[in-house]
Amino acid sequence: MSNRFFGRPKMPQRPPEERIRDFYEVPLGLPEWAAVEEARRCLQCKNPQCVKGCPVEIDIPGFVGLLAQGNFDAAIAKIKEKNSLPAICGRVCPQEDQCEAQCVLGKKGQPIAIGYLERFLADYERDRGIQPPTLPPSRNRKVAVIGSGPAGLTCAGDLAKMGYQVTIFEALHAPGGVLIYGIPEFRLPKSIVAQEVHYVQSLGVEIQVSRVIGKTYTLDDLRDAGYEAFFIGTGAGLPYFLDVPGENLNGIYSANEFLTRSNLMKAYLFPKFDTPIKIGQRVAVIGGGNVAMDSARTALRLGAEEVCLVYRRTKKEMPARVEEVERAEEEGVNCIILTNPVRFVGNDNGWVTGIECIQMELGEPDESGRRRPVPVPGSEFVIPIDTVVVAIGQGPNPLFLESVSGLALNRKGYIVADPETGATSLRGVFAGGDIVTGAATVISAMGAGKKAARAIERFLEAPDSFPQWR
Amino acid sequence: MARILRKESLAPQIKLMVVDAPWVARKARAGQFVVLRITEQGERIPLTIADFDPLSGTVTIIFQEVGKSTMLLGTLEEGDEILDFVGPLGREIEERNFGHVVCVGGGVGIAPTYPKAKALKEKGNRITSIIGARTRTMLFWEDKMREVSDELFVTTDDGSYGEKGFVTQVLERILKSEKVDLVIAVGPVIMMKMVSVITKPHGVPTLVSLNPIMVDGTGMCGCCRVTVGGKCKFTCVDGPVFDGHKVNFDELLVRQRIYLEEEQRALELWIAEKAKEEASRV
Repeated sequence: MSNRFFGRPKMPQRPPEERIRDFYEVPLGLPEWAAVEEARRCLQCKNPQCVKGCPVEIDIPGFVGLLAQGNFDAAIAKIKEKNSLPAICGRVCPQEDQCEAQCVLGKKGQPIAIGYLERFLADYERDRGIQPPTLPPSRNRKVAVIGSGPAGLTCAGDLAKMGYQVTIFEALHAPGGVLIYGIPEFRLPKSIVAQEVHYVQSLGVEIQVSRVIGKTYTLDDLRDAGYEAFFIGTGAGLPYFLDVPGENLNGIYSANEFLTRSNLMKAYLFPKFDTPIKIGQRVAVIGGGNVAMDSARTALRLGAEEVCLVYRRTKKEMPARVEEVERAEEEGVNCIILTNPVRFVGNDNGWVTGIECIQMELGEPDESGRRRPVPVPGSEFVIPIDTVVVAIGQGPNPLFLESVSGLALNRKGYIVADPETGATSLRGVFAGGDIVTGAATVISAMGAGKKAARAIERFLEAPDSFPQWR
Repeated sequence: MARILRKESLAPQIKLMVVDAPWVARKARAGQFVVLRITEQGERIPLTIADFDPLSGTVTIIFQEVGKSTMLLGTLEEGDEILDFVGPLGREIEERNFGHVVCVGGGVGIAPTYPKAKALKEKGNRITSIIGARTRTMLFWEDKMREVSDELFVTTDDGSYGEKGFVTQVLERILKSEKVDLVIAVGPVIMMKMVSVITKPHGVPTLVSLNPIMVDGTGMCGCCRVTVGGKCKFTCVDGPVFDGHKVNFDELLVRQRIYLEEEQRALELWIAEKAKEEASRV
């Protein structure tokens, strides 16, 4: 029975003037009645397109149908058959580019709000206490997962569900990877990450924090300790800088540092927490991705009076989710487009006081398909600011990669891996997530972790018939 | 978690701890560091490894109590656990026979000088060491440095022990009278800068071990970036040891001061809190 009286619901969210004063979550989640009504709008297609848009292959019509019937427990169980981290995906997945982009209803009207429904069910389950599933008998074989971000957690969770003994090694002191150090509290509460991590642990996965693979242990050490297969999900962790004069002035952060201080180290609670963060009155964030939006919105909450976003193309080319750009602008972030920094200006004490920028215009499309920005000669001008966050992307962290020989890397230094299995040039070593693709989404990393888990099972059970990749 | 097996006061505000951390001790090499965290609210602080023993699985750290985190660390006793103890991080120094190596350690920098002198001594180098402190009571590990050195010079700023003056004046004298193949200096930034300035005209390769502000210590944040030879380097993954003739020390000095106000505030709050605690106990 499809619902013809309601359109796609709007996500209730806290008003901008209230939310920029704290770090609490912005979207509030759908109320039960709205979630059920929305689920009833689903056409229950025989050949559902939405599932094809989901990197972790959730049975979307299945769970939406159960939700429409009011059977929330069965609905969340349906999601969890494929996805161990629904509370996270329901919040940070770009559904508009994935499942919802494929929804048939979207062709004429508005697609089902699949992400909102997933979040509703995950929150429903969390409020009642998450039950660990019954596990198959242990297979008594050890797999090591390196990195506890979305790829690693997914891979580990899936392998545990198959009965393998899985240990995750995490370099930082808290598990979660980018979910903990990168994505701010107001977009993804850390208590939710902790609970999802706890769920993976309840499947029998052991997590060792503060262990840097490549430094504390090498791959060979782990082999000697009895691990038979490896999944590398170390992420893209090395921040890029602009490489323009004055970039080491005080007051200039990489987005990684800015967000790590605030999120992982909780600098927004200084001095209750010991790690400080410096925020000026006028803050410029350089970049146009989700990380730039997170940085700009964090700066506002830390007390900046004005926050601007400096981006060299136009809003149309911004890689950030439309929803994130909208929220940032609602909160007062000012987008300065077609503008590129050429150098940073500082005072006698070594602190940044301004960014000298040059105006850009769009030229011919580049390899990414977006029109390439080109500088307009003689258009230099200075934006006065006292804090800068450079959010222009990141590269592969070398710590682990340097410690192994024979692991094939591509031109940019990322691991070369079979997109279907995660298999690398080293036998028994699989990889997925940002360390393979470069900075991408949480869900694509999870998809890679999932595929790798299946491949690792095939490798462990029948190593001789497992094909060598490259 | 890493248990403190031994704690020793080396000088006023300078403490030594031997920590049970086999995962670090087994892999550690001279020049590397650890990052540690003491409480759930705590900072991640980097400390250069002062000594390590792969057999007993212990790592020695030496630190000066200058801020809240180091003071808090100083309140831990034998048997207490350090919440996080990560490492070994950074690159090790090249261990080979260079010939005649002069190791210069200033203040608390004597501690990280020791494993370098020891490793290079084992490779057959002739080691001349120069260690210095503000005053006699601040000096430590003279005996340990002597063990790994063919010759040892000691200076104090006030002349209360050894030669009066700075380590740099001894270094200058040696450079004028002998052939030196490598100088390694660890200490305050200004000392490492002066050492590099002095060795440059003599054309003696000079290594310095930098101590900028860090957060993760694994290359993730870029907080510890320094300019070396005009290029941006991350101390935690590219260092901490760099060519002293190429390091922009002035920039490092400025960057070390980023959080002075906050550090001061955290310290004052902590001292006030401790005073209150003690008052309530009385």
